[in-house]
Amino acid sequence: MPFDQETVAELQNRSRQIRRDILEMVHAIQSGHPGGSLSIVEILLVLYRKKMRIDPQDPHSQDRDRFVLSKGHCAPALYAVLADMGYFPKEALKESFRRINGMLQGHPDMNKTPGIDMTTGSLGIGLSVGCGMAFGARILGKDFRVYVLTGDGELNEGQVWEAAKTAAHHRLDNLTVIVDANGYQNDGPTRVEMNMEPLAEKWRAFGWDVQEVDGHSIEQLSSAFDQVPAPSGRPTAIICRTVKCKGVSFMEEDKVKYHGTPPDGEQLSQALSELGC
Amino acid sequence: MESCRTWYGKALLELARRDPTIVALDADLSKSTMSTYIEQEFPERFIEVGIAEQDMIGIAAGLALTGLRPFANSFAVFITGRAYDQVRQAIAYPNLNVKLVGSSAGLSDFGDGATHQSIEDVSLMRGLPNMTVIVPADHIQTRAATLYLGTHTGPAYLRISRTETEAIFPDDYVFRLGKVDRLVGGSDVAIVASGTITATALDASRRLASIGISASVVCVSTLKPLDAEDLIDALEETRNVITLEEHSVYGGLGSIVAESLGSRGGYRVHMMGVKDRFGQSAESFTDLLDCYGLTADDVVEAACQMIGKQP
Repeated sequence: MPFDQETVAELQNRSRQIRRDILEMVHAIQSGHPGGSLSIVEILLVLYRKKMRIDPQDPHSQDRDRFVLSKGHCAPALYAVLADMGYFPKEALKESFRRINGMLQGHPDMNKTPGIDMTTGSLGIGLSVGCGMAFGARILGKDFRVYVLTGDGELNEGQVWEAAKTAAHHRLDNLTVIVDANGYQNDGPTRVEMNMEPLAEKWRAFGWDVQEVDGHSIEQLSSAFDQVPAPSGRPTAIICRTVKCKGVSFMEEDKVKYHGTPPDGEQLSQALSELGC
Repeated sequence: MESCRTWYGKALLELARRDPTIVALDADLSKSTMSTYIEQEFPERFIEVGIAEQDMIGIAAGLALTGLRPFANSFAVFITGRAYDQVRQAIAYPNLNVKLVGSSAGLSDFGDGATHQSIEDVSLMRGLPNMTVIVPADHIQTRAATLYLGTHTGPAYLRISRTETEAIFPDDYVFRLGKVDRLVGGSDVAIVASGTITATALDASRRLASIGISASVVCVSTLKPLDAEDLIDALEETRNVITLEEHSVYGGLGSIVAESLGSRGGYRVHMMGVKDRFGQSAESFTDLLDCYGLTADDVVEAACQMIGKQP
């Protein structure tokens, strides 16, 4: 069902808060990956707040929907959303992220952080794990859904395409891959470093049902998730066109730098004032 | 002679009959690894991933995350080497309940040559925290270890030979994780072996007895976690130790025994294994073992040298 205006406004407000949390988190420890975290905020909020069947009080329920952040370096966004959902206290964001013996590792760790469904960090592995979860639902006769979020740079990894062929061949229609197509990878623009376009045609050729949306549009994201599972019986790929560093002007102007560079104190103030929170 | 991989495949099928959470994966080698037995009887619990070992390991992790008990199958060289990062990142580090079964291990795939032979798989797997490593010596121990892994929790690597074996262990043998098996007593020298080459150690012990040298044989099937005290107890009669393995001498049984004995002092350890070389094709497994200095004659010679007797 399409979101009403109230829901859209609520999620847009939350997205500003989540962006603030991300920036404060990486600023506090002076490390982490703000750019790709800022590009996935709306995707995570729509999934966690509105689409996934989950209960923060019961994070290990066998029937819950699963989420795998295959681009694990964007953990700050996921941590901020999980804290916002009540999986753990919000204070942990600044007190624990990337700190020794902390519960919030530099990359997601399922054994240390409530709400993390799979440990990730080494790129390209998450979609295979999602396939396994989707197979698991089929074997166990459960109807949970599996969502895997990858980067567009991550699509360079051959294993992503191994998993793409498996999901299509076995018609894992309870599996959705979300591609955060922000157009940048560590070394530079994806079109320069390693061009993977046309993305939709690649996924379609592998046998997936494909949608392409504005990854910052809450309405478009909602509508895309509502079409899963596809009537075709195929797995679904949602290609989200996003802006790396979304929401902070000086970061958007230097996307390569802010892939893995945190803002200093002055920059943080400017960023927060731009976000209006 | 019985085929270790057939006994593995049938033991896995036995597990699947008992436990509906047992599932198997294969990367287009099911008729070699013998996961084909489970495939035929329980097709809904068998996942063919195609020739994609890295994908297979990720899928196995996902299956474990839903509460299933996956056994992932391929050749030892591919499951530990081709998919090493996936095993490290998606199985060992998150400590998931996935069993990795490496078939055609060591030099046992003699015809295919170095690309298909695994001489470093034990070393790779035991370097990973959380990983259990089991190397059976015959078809009986292969079955026992497989049945044990059906109820084991956590990541494990099971190394299966392509060769056929005479029974070393009795039919009712029960696998005990971490414990060694003392097969023969002896006071001059101890031959500590793992895998199907344990039969060669027994042969060498008999030949040594015929020339008046008393050689014990200790079989180590759990390479990790090994109960070092149990190994020390098994070596109570002699401190002259020969290790024998169908694996590189770097990081396998020889290293493990040396690590266990090193801090105690007083032991001499001579390591027999593949000495920093890749494998190669050969007409027979025996020819290959001969070429790499891993025959009973080689063991007899090493034992004689160790205790200063003429062979």
